[in-house]
Amino acid sequence: SGAATPDPLITEVQPWATGLGEGVDATPYGLPIKYESHVVRRNVEWLTADTISSINFTPIHALDGTITPQGCAFERHHSGAIELRKEDYRLMINGLVDKPLIFTYADLERFPREQHVYFCECAANTGMEWAGAQLNGAQFTHGMIHNMEYTGVPLRTLLQEAGLDAAGDLEDKWIYVEGHDASSNGRSIPMSKAMDDCLVAFKANGEALRKEHGYPVRLVVPGWEGNMWVKWLRRVEVVDGPVESREETSKYTDTLANGISRKWTWVMDAKSVITSPSPQSPIQHGHGPLVITGLAWSGHGAITRVDVSKDGGKTWETARLAKPGEKMALTRFYLDTTWNGEEMLLQARAMDETGYVQPTKEQLREIRGENSIYHNNCIQTWHVKPNGEAENVEVS
Amino acid sequence: DRNVAAFPERAPLTGPDPMFEARAPEPANGGLIAAANAEAGGAGMNFGLGREALPEEIAAWDVNIMPDGEGLPEGSGSVLDGETLFSQNCAVCHGEFAEGAGNWPELAGGEGTLADEDPLKTVGSYWPYLSTVWDYVHRSMPYGAAQTLSDDEVYAITAYILYSNFLVEDDFVLSKDNFLEVELPNEDGFIVDDRPETEYPIWRTEPCMENCKEEVEITMRATVLDVTPEDQAAREAREEMAEQGEATEAPAEAEAVAEAATDDAAGEGMQIDMALAEEGEGVYRQCRACHMVGDGAQNRVGPHLNALFGRPLGGVDDFRYSDTMAEMGENGTVWNEETLAEFLVKPRDYVPGTKMSFNGLRSDEDVAAVIEYLKTHQEN
Repeated sequence: SGAATPDPLITEVQPWATGLGEGVDATPYGLPIKYESHVVRRNVEWLTADTISSINFTPIHALDGTITPQGCAFERHHSGAIELRKEDYRLMINGLVDKPLIFTYADLERFPREQHVYFCECAANTGMEWAGAQLNGAQFTHGMIHNMEYTGVPLRTLLQEAGLDAAGDLEDKWIYVEGHDASSNGRSIPMSKAMDDCLVAFKANGEALRKEHGYPVRLVVPGWEGNMWVKWLRRVEVVDGPVESREETSKYTDTLANGISRKWTWVMDAKSVITSPSPQSPIQHGHGPLVITGLAWSGHGAITRVDVSKDGGKTWETARLAKPGEKMALTRFYLDTTWNGEEMLLQARAMDETGYVQPTKEQLREIRGENSIYHNNCIQTWHVKPNGEAENVEVS
Repeated sequence: DRNVAAFPERAPLTGPDPMFEARAPEPANGGLIAAANAEAGGAGMNFGLGREALPEEIAAWDVNIMPDGEGLPEGSGSVLDGETLFSQNCAVCHGEFAEGAGNWPELAGGEGTLADEDPLKTVGSYWPYLSTVWDYVHRSMPYGAAQTLSDDEVYAITAYILYSNFLVEDDFVLSKDNFLEVELPNEDGFIVDDRPETEYPIWRTEPCMENCKEEVEITMRATVLDVTPEDQAAREAREEMAEQGEATEAPAEAEAVAEAATDDAAGEGMQIDMALAEEGEGVYRQCRACHMVGDGAQNRVGPHLNALFGRPLGGVDDFRYSDTMAEMGENGTVWNEETLAEFLVKPRDYVPGTKMSFNGLRSDEDVAAVIEYLKTHQEN
């Protein structure tokens, strides 16, 4: 379609085309341009008693690609984000080891490093949706997740540095990890995971961790619930059984309909969500070409396929993965389609390399009831209306 | 790939390298452990980095208590002492009877509710092990003053929490010796993750692509509840941005502080050292869990702190103060730099019985800074 009148943005000389912009160093550490000031973490005030023992949400509805910028990656603190200097940082390895050790930050930098991209998802992500559609936005229903490229030392290397002869058979051994902050957020992790892929990380997306993500050192536990990714990591103890700390008994246990609770539900099962269109990212461009996009991930390994439904799950078409799925990392999917104002009930369904297919909320409820709080990886539905607005709904 | 050098520290393994082996779908990988065990013999001091931890250092940090009581220190505490301690240190958030306050956790009650629609999960109804209570109170409570309780005090508070759950009598004394005699009711209420048996086999099947269901109806809408914070503020900001085009840059917060600093009229000539006030804003983080200050501040766990200077102690009408605090105010004591300074160093010495479960600021500099910061909110 043609234009009736010439576009003044083109025909008139604009201020930015004649004057000068900012010089270098105007912002020594750059921030997003002011026009993007709405792309920020947000908190749901009624969820928690205060903002110190609380959580906020990544604006996934406004991001693309898979790497989450640190500045808008969700935060979860139990006693607030502390400020701990590298010089004051100490890491203790003790318990059933040959020689208990203390490392400084500088020591950690002298071990061989690895780098990996991993998602970190809070076990409570989508937890407010168990009983029904509640929060109207992908940021709030699925934003307790981020995905970064970590640099660090394998935990295995540090444990071997302390020596594991004293632990004897490692099959039945555990580690207990805790942080420097007042909550300490201690968690028990089976030795098999500790020796597999856990990372003692000090860089994310190329730069130092942010204070809110555990500066200077955090634990990375790929594919497992975010609460185990202890921030400000202070101590790793080799123990002969789980400590049964507050965070693995009174919290992060999943109560079933019969009142019995599952514990040690560490793995984050395969999950996906359409980030756009979604309630905070409505269709504003009218009819014609439409890009439907979203994220998929699995704690079991790589995402192999994502299907999208426009009719609430009656029929499905397979979306395009932006890149082949990577283990325990976010995968971006696109469905390049056409929209002419018809109502849609948009859903995405992830599959991982183990053949696991993301379940519906009904399927989850049948097994778990509605009181689990944690590990809700159900298929999400957005109702897209003829005007392009979208709403979080539940469908039969 | 010949251009990728091997990870240096690992000796060649005979089996598959666990680093690159496909992740097992379920946890617990025997192969990994076997490899690690095989390796353990030659491991230890591979790089010679770090130094040996001293026993005193390990004792300082290795304080976790195991379910079998391992790690518990000598000591004891009574329900009676616990009641006083709980009232001083815990009740402000958890309620006088551990019933919870505001959005803070309940620690008592909820018996028999775990299969209900809204289970109430407390120490009595949900927590499996008493060791967890002792450990958590000892290492992380009171909120904002962690690790300030003595071992005996932790025993006493733990005893009181048991009492508030009707699990012991009022003359009970908890000690290292009788600790394991107490069993929490829900100890057997947990099973190990059974998703690999109950869920994965069902959901690891080829998914339906067509004619998957006959009818689809919307059964529930989020907007009906209207609990999303979305995004009045963001939307307004965007609209404003669009209207203004070349908007001014001054962030609202900086503006507010500047205003408070210059508009001194109603502050009775109060001088504000803005640099110190800025420092005080940092110190104030310790207060923020309980006290609001600034535009729209309301009472929370503690009273709001707007227009504090000149306010009588216990002077916010709809806040429930301790008797002492209220009496001191009625007798004419008002908050000013002097009274605040004295209170903030040792709250319980200045106002015995205050509900504020804060041990006091550590340094005079912090006290001065936070007072300076509060001055900037005299006009709110």
